[in-house]
Amino acid sequence: MTTAASVDQVFVTLKHWLVFHTPTAFQTLVSILLTIIPIIVIFPALFAVTTVLERKGLGRIQNRYGPNRVGPFGFFQPLADAVKSLTKEDIVPRAADHVVHYLAPLVLVGAAFLAYAVLPIGRNMVAVNLDAGVLFFFAIGAATELAVFMAGWSSRNKYSLLGAMRAIAQMISYEIPLILSSVAVIMIAGTLSTSHIVENQARYTAGIAHWYAFTPWGLAGFVLYMIAATAETNRSPFDLPEGESEIIAGYFIEYSGFKFALFFLAEYLEMFAVSGLGITLFLGGWSSPVSFLTWIPSWIWFFAKLLIMILGFIWIRGTLPRLRMDQLMNFAWKFMLPMSLIVIFTAGVWRFLPHVIAGSAAVGLVVRWLVCALLVIGPYVLLARTLERGRRIEKRTYRYAE
Amino acid sequence: MLGEGIIQGLVETARNFFGSYVDKDRLTTVQYPEERQPLPEAARVFPFLLYDGDDPVAGLRCVACQICEKECPPRCIHIDKSKDKKPDFVGKQQFYPAVFNIDVSVCMSCQICVEVCPFDAIRMDNAFELSTTDRFGGLLYTKRELAKSNEYYQQIHPTEAAECDERRAKELADAKAKAAAAAAAAKAAQAANPAAAPESATQASKNGAAAPAPSANGSATGAKGEPAKSETKVGQ
Repeated sequence: MTTAASVDQVFVTLKHWLVFHTPTAFQTLVSILLTIIPIIVIFPALFAVTTVLERKGLGRIQNRYGPNRVGPFGFFQPLADAVKSLTKEDIVPRAADHVVHYLAPLVLVGAAFLAYAVLPIGRNMVAVNLDAGVLFFFAIGAATELAVFMAGWSSRNKYSLLGAMRAIAQMISYEIPLILSSVAVIMIAGTLSTSHIVENQARYTAGIAHWYAFTPWGLAGFVLYMIAATAETNRSPFDLPEGESEIIAGYFIEYSGFKFALFFLAEYLEMFAVSGLGITLFLGGWSSPVSFLTWIPSWIWFFAKLLIMILGFIWIRGTLPRLRMDQLMNFAWKFMLPMSLIVIFTAGVWRFLPHVIAGSAAVGLVVRWLVCALLVIGPYVLLARTLERGRRIEKRTYRYAE
Repeated sequence: MLGEGIIQGLVETARNFFGSYVDKDRLTTVQYPEERQPLPEAARVFPFLLYDGDDPVAGLRCVACQICEKECPPRCIHIDKSKDKKPDFVGKQQFYPAVFNIDVSVCMSCQICVEVCPFDAIRMDNAFELSTTDRFGGLLYTKRELAKSNEYYQQIHPTEAAECDERRAKELADAKAKAAAAAAAAKAAQAANPAAAPESATQASKNGAAAPAPSANGSATGAKGEPAKSETKVGQ
């Protein structure tokens, strides 16, 4: 093995070495633990880092400093937050369904962690290499809806119930474009296994990787996937279920202290997981975009991409205002759904157009690119025009203000 | 076109983000305990008692007239009048507050006490960091804690203090002129009738007060009166 390859596989080798040196009776257990523990350590740590980055980034976007008191540049803020949430009183409403109220955050965090089982975070670094990995991911993602409704229902509070119902409506609506936009990838890759999808993309032609995001349908699919993922994880601008101004905090109003922190953790874990799947499906997972950078370890690529996605989420959150419920539903059913069907169709066209035209693969690629780009952009323009027709956007004038 | 506005918005927020690192004027936050904005001159938070000279207790301008105590809307002032008297800045015999307490937690900084005070003895402070760990004793300010020098007053409210000092200087000059006139009149009267009341005339010129008889009484009771009560915290 070369040095680059051994650095790439350092964690895999370490795990094998550790398992090899344990008694045979415990090898399975140790192997499982060595797979699970890094996941439940790294991603909450990433959550801690993300909260600081988010607060500082949002601050800068709003021309503020953001947290800058705890530690150097405020980077120890998560420690202070952790101490605070651990020492706060855990209040359970008297009328609440105690068991369900207690279980909801646990179920939510559990479901969020389970999604990481099928995410390849590096070459040969996937907890469970399921043949139906993508299916498993979406099934587990749907389980979070149950936890959200458990929280909203058991609190016995009208706002939390409203928030939960909003969340369910939103998550179910956006699950459809989320899954449909990944169907295109599954069609082209011909597999549901996340590892195989990444391996398919880790091939290079003329030094450039075969990422699906580098194709017209893949790019459109990626954008649709990320929009749906934002809605699916209740992130701004789709954070209606927890709209502070309308329903205080949505389904987790009645949670305080560490249970509230668990909801927060689960929300961010879901965001990382769904971004991780987006990376896996469209951005080549752990592969590098160009062949001369393949010496950088695969896990660094995965986490670099994940960090960029997180920064994108923060940027979007700092930019867009919250949608209205009707806008949310209109967007899901009138725009996202048709566009994701078009992406599936375009992916089929991309697959069955001749790959070699006039004896040249390059000409074939250009022709395929142009045809598929037209197939995506044309319907997008038409759809956008149709949706905007009859809707005059004027400067709002205020009678009493100003 | 759908999505155009989103791109514009993203550009704007990116400009804000990077601009805040380049252009310090964008960050309007004042990092409070380290950085402070200068307070406006009219800033007022809580009253204090003015004293002249070096001794915060002896130089107190307050004459315990209790007008502020009666006018205070939330009734946060508590005054115990002294039994004896001492001369004020023009030399007139006045009472002084044996106890003067203000409850910070009750005071609403309305400045009515300042406006009703005929002796320029109470003024508004601008020290706003009044929090304390002791919510009973720590929030009740006694005469000693309330007393602030005239120099301090000139420092925090220069315009108002200059006007106040000018008025007081004029009062002092008037009182001196009056005393001089009274002394001259007494001398003339003595010259006219040397046997009539030499005692009261000297007393009047010494105090510089208009009416000789009451002030003579006042000084007499002052000499014999009980010593001022030790300060006690009243009002809880």
